[in-house]
Amino acid sequence: MKERLKEIKQEALEQIEAAVDEKKLQDVKVYFLGKKGQITEVLKGMGKLSKEERPVIGQLANEVRDEITEALESKKSKLEQAALEKQLKAESVDVTLPGRPVQKGGPHLLRKVIRDIEDLFTTMGYEVAEGPEVETDFYNFESLNLPKNHPARDMQDSFFISEDLLMRTQTSPVQARTLRQHEGRGPVKIICPGKVYRRDTDDATHSHQFTQIEGLYVDEKIRMSDLKGTLNTFAKHMFGEERNIRLRPSFFPFTEPSAEMDISCKICQGEGCSVCKGSGWIEILGSGMVHPNVLEMAGFDSNKYSGFAFGMGPERIAMLKYGIEDIRHFYTNDVRFLKQFHGV
Amino acid sequence: MLVSRKWLEQYVDLSNISTDDLAEKMTKSGLEVEEVTGPALDDENVVVGYVEQCEQHPNADKLNLCQVNVGEDELLQIVCGAPNVAQGQYVVVAKPGAVLPGGFRIKKAKLRGETSNGMICSLQELGYDEKYVPEQFKDGIYVFDEDVTVGEAACPLLNLDDEVIEIELTANRSDCLSLIGVAYDVAAMYDKDIHLPQPEVDISSGSSSDYISVKIDDEEANPYYGAWILKDLTIRQSPLWLQNRLISAGIRPINNVVDVTNYILMEYGQPLHAFDYDRFGSKEVVTRLANEGETIKTLDGEERTLSSHHLVITNGEEPHAIAGVMGGEESEVQEDTTTILLEAAYFSPGVVRQGSKDHGLRSEASARFEKGIDITRVKEAATRAAQLLSEVADGEVLGNLVEEGSTEKDPINVSFTQDEINARIGADISIDDMKQIIKRLRFNYELDGQTFTVESPARRQDIVIKEDMVEEIARLYGYDRIPYTLPVGVRDKGGLTKRQKLIREVNDYLQSAGLNESLTYSLTKAEWSTRFVSPEIQNQNLSPIGLSLPMTDLHSHLRLSAVPELLSSLQYNVARNQYDVALYEIGSVFLQHEPRKQPEENVRLTAAVTGHWENHPWQGIKVPADFFVVKGVLEGLFNHFLDGQVEFEKAELEDMHPGQTAVMKLNGETMGYVGQIHPIVQREFDLQETFVFDVDLDRVLDETDDGEDYRAITKYPTIAQDLAFVVDRELPAKQLEQAIYEQGQPHLESVKVFDVYQGEHMEEGKKSIAFNLIFQNDERTLKDEEIEETRQAIVQHLETEYQAVLRG
Ligand SMILES: [Zn+2]
Repeated sequence: MKERLKEIKQEALEQIEAAVDEKKLQDVKVYFLGKKGQITEVLKGMGKLSKEERPVIGQLANEVRDEITEALESKKSKLEQAALEKQLKAESVDVTLPGRPVQKGGPHLLRKVIRDIEDLFTTMGYEVAEGPEVETDFYNFESLNLPKNHPARDMQDSFFISEDLLMRTQTSPVQARTLRQHEGRGPVKIICPGKVYRRDTDDATHSHQFTQIEGLYVDEKIRMSDLKGTLNTFAKHMFGEERNIRLRPSFFPFTEPSAEMDISCKICQGEGCSVCKGSGWIEILGSGMVHPNVLEMAGFDSNKYSGFAFGMGPERIAMLKYGIEDIRHFYTNDVRFLKQFHGV
Repeated sequence: MLVSRKWLEQYVDLSNISTDDLAEKMTKSGLEVEEVTGPALDDENVVVGYVEQCEQHPNADKLNLCQVNVGEDELLQIVCGAPNVAQGQYVVVAKPGAVLPGGFRIKKAKLRGETSNGMICSLQELGYDEKYVPEQFKDGIYVFDEDVTVGEAACPLLNLDDEVIEIELTANRSDCLSLIGVAYDVAAMYDKDIHLPQPEVDISSGSSSDYISVKIDDEEANPYYGAWILKDLTIRQSPLWLQNRLISAGIRPINNVVDVTNYILMEYGQPLHAFDYDRFGSKEVVTRLANEGETIKTLDGEERTLSSHHLVITNGEEPHAIAGVMGGEESEVQEDTTTILLEAAYFSPGVVRQGSKDHGLRSEASARFEKGIDITRVKEAATRAAQLLSEVADGEVLGNLVEEGSTEKDPINVSFTQDEINARIGADISIDDMKQIIKRLRFNYELDGQTFTVESPARRQDIVIKEDMVEEIARLYGYDRIPYTLPVGVRDKGGLTKRQKLIREVNDYLQSAGLNESLTYSLTKAEWSTRFVSPEIQNQNLSPIGLSLPMTDLHSHLRLSAVPELLSSLQYNVARNQYDVALYEIGSVFLQHEPRKQPEENVRLTAAVTGHWENHPWQGIKVPADFFVVKGVLEGLFNHFLDGQVEFEKAELEDMHPGQTAVMKLNGETMGYVGQIHPIVQREFDLQETFVFDVDLDRVLDETDDGEDYRAITKYPTIAQDLAFVVDRELPAKQLEQAIYEQGQPHLESVKVFDVYQGEHMEEGKKSIAFNLIFQNDERTLKDEEIEETRQAIVQHLETEYQAVLRG
């Protein structure tokens, strides 16, 4: 029997070694160690053995069983390892293939510029004010010190709807409306973004519809230096710390004194180049101290209150900032244009 | 306004001030410089030469061999190909060493075997602007017509060495529409003296009043009119200096009389007009408002019909000019004119603006009248003109001006204190500095303590109130020197309103959902303004608002829906091979409830989607946009802002697909629609399947709840069950869902459709629809019997109410 056990062990180890998958291995296990397996068969013959031989054979049988079990386990783990490796290999991907894009849209560049400006000024204590796009002649012109027949009305040819109604040519009427709501009591600190309309033929630099954003600060003792400081903060936020500003005298019917704000040219650092037409400066916005007529018409005592106002075109700011060459891009909604600014 | 440096130097000493410096100073002081041009040529090797001899070149038919005296010991032999060169001419010679515009260097050369020591120049070769080259010199060399010295530098004679500063004047600075006005400001900027012309005229014994009388009919339109008669004039070309000045100001020389009036126009800003006296037809000038329907043939040859808003200059009967706008053809100065009636007047801005506007005649003259000229200087300008006319046209000036009206102007005084100025500017300017600035401006003033009273000069109509003086002082003090401060005072909390924050949230949501924010035009085509209008607006029977004078049919009406413009944007993209496009816009539509009243501006959220919603081909992911994609976007929005209480109801709308369109209702009221656009409309816009929605965003925001309620996460288990029914195909899923939900109370937490089948294995007209039910109780674990009871109630209800058949 000893011999038989040795044979079994030999056979078993060989078959285990030869097993190619877990199924085969299981068959080997059943064949040798199962209830009707080879070892059990051998042990059935134990009754014929002498008392002395039985424990010896018994022990040998156990040893053989243990060895086979161990070999089985070891082979099993080898097979598992191999299977896992095979699976991993099969699951391998080309990591250079493109990932699945996140489905995502984004804001319009102009709205983004406006939001950026709103955010800056709201942290400085301003509120965002809005108003109608179809305005009355009174709010669009008269309340802003532009009485009927004022020559400066020529400056902004407008789309009239009736004698008294027009598409607003500027967001300034929102200032006049907001001032009135305050019934002569300051402070008034607002920023007014919105769409405006002028009688222009659409081309690379003109658009009959465009956006504007204006600011207004009315309180006691507001100075021109406050305007200068505020615009400086804005310019550095919008265009970078290294840019300088310059104010120069200008004219708007609703401000006196009036000032145009330029920023130093980024391309030439003020030396003069084609972008800034050799001046070293780029015109950004109009501003000034609120005209006393505007304050009085809105119910403010112009001896007690003063204020500053400024207004700019987000299109121009975006065009300067990103070098956009054609204003019509903002309104054709070409996705190749829109998507370029979703990340910035 | 074009300002010649040399002309300006007649009044202000600019030595040691470079033109660049001057331009920067002007810009910083409020006269914004657009451009500086010139000098075209300033080369001392370009001189006056005298053609002593001119013979044909021995070896070339078309060339001449000239011996030219340029004031040197020897004559220069120059080969010249110009057809008009001749002996005895004074010409411009570029000697060897000269460099002409374009870098053209003149060298000694041999031409067909003959030495040529330079070039006789045409005006074009000297850099003269083509449009100012006189007709007779267009195809040849320039020949001087007046006394010049051989060897003299030619560039200054032709004003080629001048620099011209173009300034962009703001509307308030009409005082600088004249060289003298600019001179005042430049003198103030640099604190310099100003040397003004002191016109004097030799008056002959005759008297203008023997020839003409003046009558003003409407003093408001025409406060002053002066007429002067000049006799025995010779009409000819103006002298070079006068032509040079006009060209520097951008005006083409015509003849001496017209040129003088133009010269005064630019020097004083005073428009003048010269009538041919012999063709004027009477001995009286009557200025009056035109009669309705009266006509005049203006000197551009046009017959013009007048109205009572126009001021005319008449001979007592017939109009001979539209005042300040244009003269009549009949009395135009011509070559044979010998006697002129010189008009020097003040016409009111309004009446001139009306005339120039109605007749589409905008001129340098009308522009000045429209802005208001300096009435106190009209006579001085007339005197200066008479003086020049007697000089350049040999005219005889008859006596004094024949006048009507007054050139007086009531002085305007402006008072302010030093403190007021400093408080407004935010600077610390001393009394002395303020005095200095006012003196530099040449304003008369009085100072009492720290209170200034300034008399606004007639030339500066823009100085009326204290704030105008704040600007004057600030700009001459220098905007650069004003410090940077921020307003002192309470730092109120600013920020966005709830509504503004919500709109930002809506934007963020839509963008994260994959839509691109767009901007389209509010003004659209008439035809588009009534299309794709949401039913709740359509039902109000509003007419779209039209512009009274549109620029183009493309933008003539205010939109009632943004959908057509968005579809047009999709079309634009598809035409450029961008096939998968998802756009949205938040913007107003305009609802006119009452004529001539401000319309309601209804802010709406509109979207248009075409092509693939998701498109990642190599991974096999290609999801075309469909009804449920866009509906899903809306549902997400409504779930977030309205707790999902919006109902979708099938609807048939114009221009929309009849089977794939729904209206949205909130509390039973329509607030927008969603769906596929009609295939015929798709073709109209060159689009494939395209889906849109248009929602009343104002309403969504108005009904949005404040904040969100928290509900504790339950610790009791949830139990899920599926139920599938066969029902009529037309039965809306939402209705069944609603019925299940109601029957399932209080144990049913939620119910959702998870499968719909209507196909081969289904009876005709039926569909199978499967729901996933979640049962839950926050306080305890539900018992099996409770759930079973509920389930049975639901099934029974659906069987009886909807003839639903429960599936295996
Ligand atoms: Zn530059």
